[in-house]
Amino acid sequence: MLEKALRGSKKYWTWLLALAVLIAIGFFFYLRQLYFGLGITGMSRDVTWGFYIAQFTFLVGVAASAVMLVLPYYLHDYKTFGKITVIGEFLAVSSVLMCMLFIIVDLGQPMRLLNVIFYPTPNSMLFWDMIVLNGYLFLNILIGWNVLDAERNGVAPEKWIKPLIYISIPWAISIHTVTAFLYCGLPGRGFWLTAILAPRFLASAFAAGPAFLILLAFIIRKFTNFDAGTKAIQTLAKIVAYATLANLFFFLCEVFVAAYSQIPEHTAHLEYLFFGLHGHGALVPWMWTSIALVVAAIILLIIPQARQNETTLGFACVFVFVGIWIDKGLGMISGGFIPNPLHEITEYVPTVPEVLITIGVYAVGFLVLTVLYKVVTGVKEELAG
Amino acid sequence: MENSRRRFLKNAGFSILGVGAGSMLIGLSAHTSKAVSPDAGQRPQFSMGDKAMEAERWGMVVDTRKLNDSICRKMQEACHSIHNVPEPVGESAQRDQIIKWIWPTEFQHAFPSQEVEFLAEDAAHRPVVVLCNHCDNPPCVRACPTRATFKRERDGIVMMDFHRCIGCRFCMAACPFGARSFNFRDPRPDIEDENPDFPTRMRGVVEKCNFCAERLAVGKKPACVEASDGALTFGDLNDPDSDVRKLLAEKYAIRRKPNLGTFPSVFYIV
Repeated sequence: MLEKALRGSKKYWTWLLALAVLIAIGFFFYLRQLYFGLGITGMSRDVTWGFYIAQFTFLVGVAASAVMLVLPYYLHDYKTFGKITVIGEFLAVSSVLMCMLFIIVDLGQPMRLLNVIFYPTPNSMLFWDMIVLNGYLFLNILIGWNVLDAERNGVAPEKWIKPLIYISIPWAISIHTVTAFLYCGLPGRGFWLTAILAPRFLASAFAAGPAFLILLAFIIRKFTNFDAGTKAIQTLAKIVAYATLANLFFFLCEVFVAAYSQIPEHTAHLEYLFFGLHGHGALVPWMWTSIALVVAAIILLIIPQARQNETTLGFACVFVFVGIWIDKGLGMISGGFIPNPLHEITEYVPTVPEVLITIGVYAVGFLVLTVLYKVVTGVKEELAG
Repeated sequence: MENSRRRFLKNAGFSILGVGAGSMLIGLSAHTSKAVSPDAGQRPQFSMGDKAMEAERWGMVVDTRKLNDSICRKMQEACHSIHNVPEPVGESAQRDQIIKWIWPTEFQHAFPSQEVEFLAEDAAHRPVVVLCNHCDNPPCVRACPTRATFKRERDGIVMMDFHRCIGCRFCMAACPFGARSFNFRDPRPDIEDENPDFPTRMRGVVEKCNFCAERLAVGKKPACVEASDGALTFGDLNDPDSDVRKLLAEKYAIRRKPNLGTFPSVFYIV
């Protein structure tokens, strides 16, 4: 099926070329980082995880969201999603790939990466994260590819695929749970030290991921003859609506606990993010933008007419995606490090090389996504024609 | 046509997988053969030197009443010079990408959750020296994915293997005391006077205070203790007759963030 990706329009090749250029730029700066060290980033002694790990966290969510298509289709026999589950699975593949790349570019000694396997350490959450991410990547490639291949040949998928599909459902939950456990089990970090972190991560994932899927469905429909179908998109929109509401609810629970208990270790980080602390407030405008976007999206999503109108739905999805990206991709990680354990403030702003490397990793993800989607749409067009 | 191409791609894919699996097997077999090789039993056994200082659990008592700026500077200089800690310069200092093993701070920063309102002026601004607490229940060790940081069974010192560390900085997120530093760049050019008896580090690894394990091995007390003019006392916390235990029995001492359950081995008399 891969040959479908080798034939495409001029637009297709231009897009791939543009991505390749971004990858090359990112790779060039990554070589510089490799040579010089992580000193070329904006990270510091106090903010030791920055943009890379934040993108990783956000993308784990996007990857996990494939389950929002797989679960209704395979467990509830919701046939409307049958056409597009593979779209979700391949989005998961490219997202997990980006997650892994973000972990690798964040390592100080990437050549020693295999030490995690040579000295397996089950008490470290990173060990489990490696297992669940690799497993999820493997599951989604295998399932997506086989089901698509069977569909193309007009036969039922192989029997052994079914159990893997059922395993992939809790597995999707596990990748974001373990990712939350990376943070929420650390004793000195009040911002993350909350049992609701994993549920909140999942809620935001099931909002941002399906929102992105809707946008992808619009894009695919524009450029190919493959249409996900209004019904599927509308069901996804409802999922986005519920998940965005759940995410906001969980967030407000956090705010209540911090604000009412008034325990400084818990309030300080939220105060820094939303109001600034001791005159430092680099993220304040971002965080309020995030809140505004999420609230605007919720309004658009819960009004039936707005949700059913594809233009307003498109806006709502962009708002959800960007709003949650700011929350997880900017605030969540550096916010946990500011103030530091000695209650001192070192702010964090990513540097230009850091941002270019990040864009490079995203370009790799989009390249893989484009190629996989080209195969999918090629097969679907072939079947339709 | 379509089918043969597919078959070709499938075959190519399997071949690649096969090569990968094959090389892994070779790697594994090489590993096993090494493990059963005759010199496996003759791995170097490290024995303690005659002069080595031993303890069940090393600990420290800091008498903050005896600290002042010049003593703190002396302690930091003693520690950083023998451990080849680079002097922060230029951009790395600006960005706070510095290395520190021991450093003075104020009471409110050393004990942020144990705020004392209306603390006497001199106590509030007197320097409090902070370093790795060598916790009895260290969260950094729990977090490390490669066991590059570990608690030495013999004496409870929390140590680093600079050659195993992958630089993920999970330990730095896990440490509730900000005791760890990361080599954001090659530290060697910034070491003024290199001590050949202690390894320098490379970029991309984490480091921190090691309670001068290398000095204890030859019967010397930690460098900061020697430079402290009696402000720091070092000894075995599990020995009721040690200097540290006597001091703790006599004076009321506190630890940093005791509510987190890490059981620091560094105590403070305030």
